[in-house]
Amino acid sequence: MHNFDFVKPSSIADAVKALSKEGAQALSGGQTLTPTMKQRLAAPTVLVSLTGIDEMKGVCLGEDGLSIGAATPHAVVAKEAAKHYPALAMLAGGIGDPAVRNRGTIGGSLANNDPAACYPAGVLGSGATVVTNRRKIAADDYFQGMFTTALEEGEIITGVTFPIPEKAAYVKFNQPASRFALTAVFVAKFKDGVRVAVTGASNDGVFRWSEAEKALSGHFAASAVEGLSVSSDGMIGDLHGTPAYRANLVKVLTKRAVAAAQ
Amino acid sequence: MPKDTGIGASSKRREDVRFLSGRGNYTDDLAMHGQTYAVFVRSNVAHGRIKSIDTSAASKMPGVLAIFTGEDFKDVGGNPAGWLINSRDGTPMREPKRPVLAHGKVRHVGDAYAAVVAETYNQAKDAAQQLADDSEIEELPAIVDMRKAVADPSNRVHDEIPDNLCFDWGWIEDNRAAVDAAFKSAPHITTLELVNNRLVPNAMEPRSSIGEYFPGTGDYKLTTTSQNPHLTRLLVSAFVLGIPENKLTVVAPDVGGGFGSKIYHYGEEALVLAASRKLGRPVRWTAERTESFLTDAHGRDHVTKIEMASTKDGEILAIRTETLANVGAYLSNFSTATPTFLHGTLMAGPYKVPHVYVNVKTVFTNTAPVDAYRGAGRPEATFSIERIVDKMCRELGLDPFEVRRKNLIQPDQFPYTTPVGLVYDTGNYQATLDKLIELADVAGFEGRAAASKAKGKLRGMGLSTWIEACGIAPSNLVGVLGSRVGLYDAATVRVNATGNISVMTGAHSHGQGHETVFAQIVAEKLGIAESSVEIVHGDTSKIPFGMGSYGSRSLAVCGAAMTKAVDKIIAKGKKIAAHMLEASENDIVFADGKFSVAGTDKAKSFGEIAFSAYVPHNYPLETLEPGLEETAFYDPANFTYPAGAYLCEVEVDPETGKVDIASFTCADDFGHVMNPMIVEGQVHGGVGQGIGQALLENTAYDENGQLLTASYMDYAMPRADDVPFYTVDHSCVTPCTHNPLGVKGCGEAGAIGSPPAVVNAVIDALHRGGHTHVKHIDMPVSPSRVWQAING
Repeated sequence: MHNFDFVKPSSIADAVKALSKEGAQALSGGQTLTPTMKQRLAAPTVLVSLTGIDEMKGVCLGEDGLSIGAATPHAVVAKEAAKHYPALAMLAGGIGDPAVRNRGTIGGSLANNDPAACYPAGVLGSGATVVTNRRKIAADDYFQGMFTTALEEGEIITGVTFPIPEKAAYVKFNQPASRFALTAVFVAKFKDGVRVAVTGASNDGVFRWSEAEKALSGHFAASAVEGLSVSSDGMIGDLHGTPAYRANLVKVLTKRAVAAAQ
Repeated sequence: MPKDTGIGASSKRREDVRFLSGRGNYTDDLAMHGQTYAVFVRSNVAHGRIKSIDTSAASKMPGVLAIFTGEDFKDVGGNPAGWLINSRDGTPMREPKRPVLAHGKVRHVGDAYAAVVAETYNQAKDAAQQLADDSEIEELPAIVDMRKAVADPSNRVHDEIPDNLCFDWGWIEDNRAAVDAAFKSAPHITTLELVNNRLVPNAMEPRSSIGEYFPGTGDYKLTTTSQNPHLTRLLVSAFVLGIPENKLTVVAPDVGGGFGSKIYHYGEEALVLAASRKLGRPVRWTAERTESFLTDAHGRDHVTKIEMASTKDGEILAIRTETLANVGAYLSNFSTATPTFLHGTLMAGPYKVPHVYVNVKTVFTNTAPVDAYRGAGRPEATFSIERIVDKMCRELGLDPFEVRRKNLIQPDQFPYTTPVGLVYDTGNYQATLDKLIELADVAGFEGRAAASKAKGKLRGMGLSTWIEACGIAPSNLVGVLGSRVGLYDAATVRVNATGNISVMTGAHSHGQGHETVFAQIVAEKLGIAESSVEIVHGDTSKIPFGMGSYGSRSLAVCGAAMTKAVDKIIAKGKKIAAHMLEASENDIVFADGKFSVAGTDKAKSFGEIAFSAYVPHNYPLETLEPGLEETAFYDPANFTYPAGAYLCEVEVDPETGKVDIASFTCADDFGHVMNPMIVEGQVHGGVGQGIGQALLENTAYDENGQLLTASYMDYAMPRADDVPFYTVDHSCVTPCTHNPLGVKGCGEAGAIGSPPAVVNAVIDALHRGGHTHVKHIDMPVSPSRVWQAING
């Protein structure tokens, strides 16, 4: 690891100011950034911690749904969202291991947008709104491909607001080594339709499986997906699974998520 | 009733108190006055010619004290292979020099070609990066696939070795004609091509070394993560740096796991010693995890074609194998013994097979060196045999339990001479199989399979009956076979004046629990409390010359030496007692910690005898030396042959290909068991590693020789939720006939017997589910491979 300065502001405004410096980098839970720095693959000169900002922490039920501060660790979401949005709480409780869940945050995960991360599926599958220091971004506009988001220079996520569906479930199939999602599916049934978001499978990162959404909006049962097929075009192929294998998992896991949704 | 102390008791592991409370004493924990840090510059290409290394910029960087390159070591020795193997035509193996730092060429990703020593770790790291940037290495085509390596003479890992072949070994060459004849007339032949997957050892503690040179005396000290400190001292002295043995101390303090990878001497150890000599300051290095992945000696990596000739009712008539065994870029110390004498000699398994012939071609590639890893050759043999027995049963429609029972060596056939050069001294393979069938509730399988089916899962059952040769090894025998060292061991039992005891052993504990078990044995033999016995290991300045711990040898060989030394203590104690009790030595009996005159109540306690030996006021000084300390060396008369039967049940999810281990049952014969709890722990760990190999662990190089699985993001280690609650039994005991404790060794058993049980279970599950086209799946049997096999 190279040397760096560390600041821990207590307000969003101070954080934004600190991030305007040359070579500054936001640090949330550090579950991706810290290992990257230890391998000397990143060398920010200033780390701006976002975990000392009270207004970016916590889980709160409001009129628009469930709001989660961006610096809220997964373990807190797993515990505090359980009553309001069990599928989301389960997703958070299945990320990494206890150490990861106590450090890693929802904002960090979304800003990084790892193609195999869990939260992008929860956010896109819920049709949530990503709130930043500048604006509100709909999930459908936020995710723009592997490790790519709508965030602009100097823009930080401050929170996420989730509308609460009637039924939802997240089913993840672990990559055996990392236990990231080899493929995982988030299904959410709202009054006005069903959303199906898939992570881990595509070279373009998290995506919505619109054919399944259409079929499930008509009839919310695993059998509704049975006749659909998933193309392996654009799917990730690596040591842990071919594109065809991942395409198979998309369908299998969608069926299981529908069956599990409550 | 179970004992609560001494031999056979489940004494709690005394070393765990410090390990579990953060008070262990590992190499990287040791702070040295004036210490400096070494960082290695490692090749990022698999194969390349070193054109230039410009040290000028790096040497001027802050804190840099010294820079070393291959040039600095080109005139010193190389790290040798420990076994000389001859090819079938009688020619000796090709043995390229393995230098301290690569010189001329780099031969695998991670091959160190320079090192920087600086005041701080980060300064050394910065300068190493600079040095890497200032090095010109011309990339050459990488040789990764073994089949291509032997087929393309134009591309050479070592320029002087034209076909990348180390040797072409036949075992036993004289058997070959009879084996071929048996195949010609066989009613049935089963053929299987399989891969025994390469494994990264992944010890929890990475390798770490500290070199110290003491200018005042000219002494050197190497503190290092070794399973085998005397071997490292011998190699550094006699082969690599030429430091006299009596000027070099090697200390292996607490070591956090080795699984074989820390048996060997590595270049980093020589470098820190040489650098310390140059700087007059301690030089330390600890591997980063990536370095462990890239440079620890890997395990396994065989590609094998095995054929089995049999009758139609499953009687095995002959076995014939052809194996390509990867040794990687250089010969690590045991790399030539592992695929040969630890593999070919086991190719009859526990069966009455009249004819066996094994051919092994050992191949150089541009990958990390491959050497012995938990089981070492024996898992490869067991996997091949147990997979093909299962395939034969399937082809002939026979019951795998009955076919094994029919072929197992019968209890009255011991000692049993195999066609591949071993004499199994004792065993009862029927007994362990019977015990397994009972413990695993084989009778209830169909009910469990139906329950799995109701959940949409396919249940399968896989059997493995295994044997290994361990307690390594009879020196005269291994000498004939090509070993360049003796494989005896030694122990010194020092009775202190106050009656407590220090035992110095040549074994090395890096997780096994020696400090507990050896104390149990000595305490039992001397009739004293376990807490009065202290075990000293790992320091060549304190312990007698021993060969360390590997090959399930610690108890069978080092424990035997210790027992002999204790016997000498008792014999001398009798002489002292006879004098003190004014009796004839022949009338003294020793029992329950007391020397007494037979048939009388006259007695002296062990403590009184010890005190008298050191305060010899009433002592036969004219005929007996004072003191009570004895050393014994023990060279085993034969290998030991632990054996057992394992049953694995799996549930396969046919939609995703995921395999879950539903249950795993072991019935082992380890001979006499010294500490059941520790034995069970060893089996749990070994089976865990075997399940890791069977389902999870994949060491993948791409065609350019880049290690794709160089971190835990892609290299899947078994975790607690990947393994079941094991059922482990060791109640079937046929004591070893030739060592004093009647023990056989248990450290590697689990890793040897389990992989074929797992894979057999998966194939069974798929067949029961109607996927009868699946004949074999190579390890690791990952979800995607299973799904591919089902849908292929």
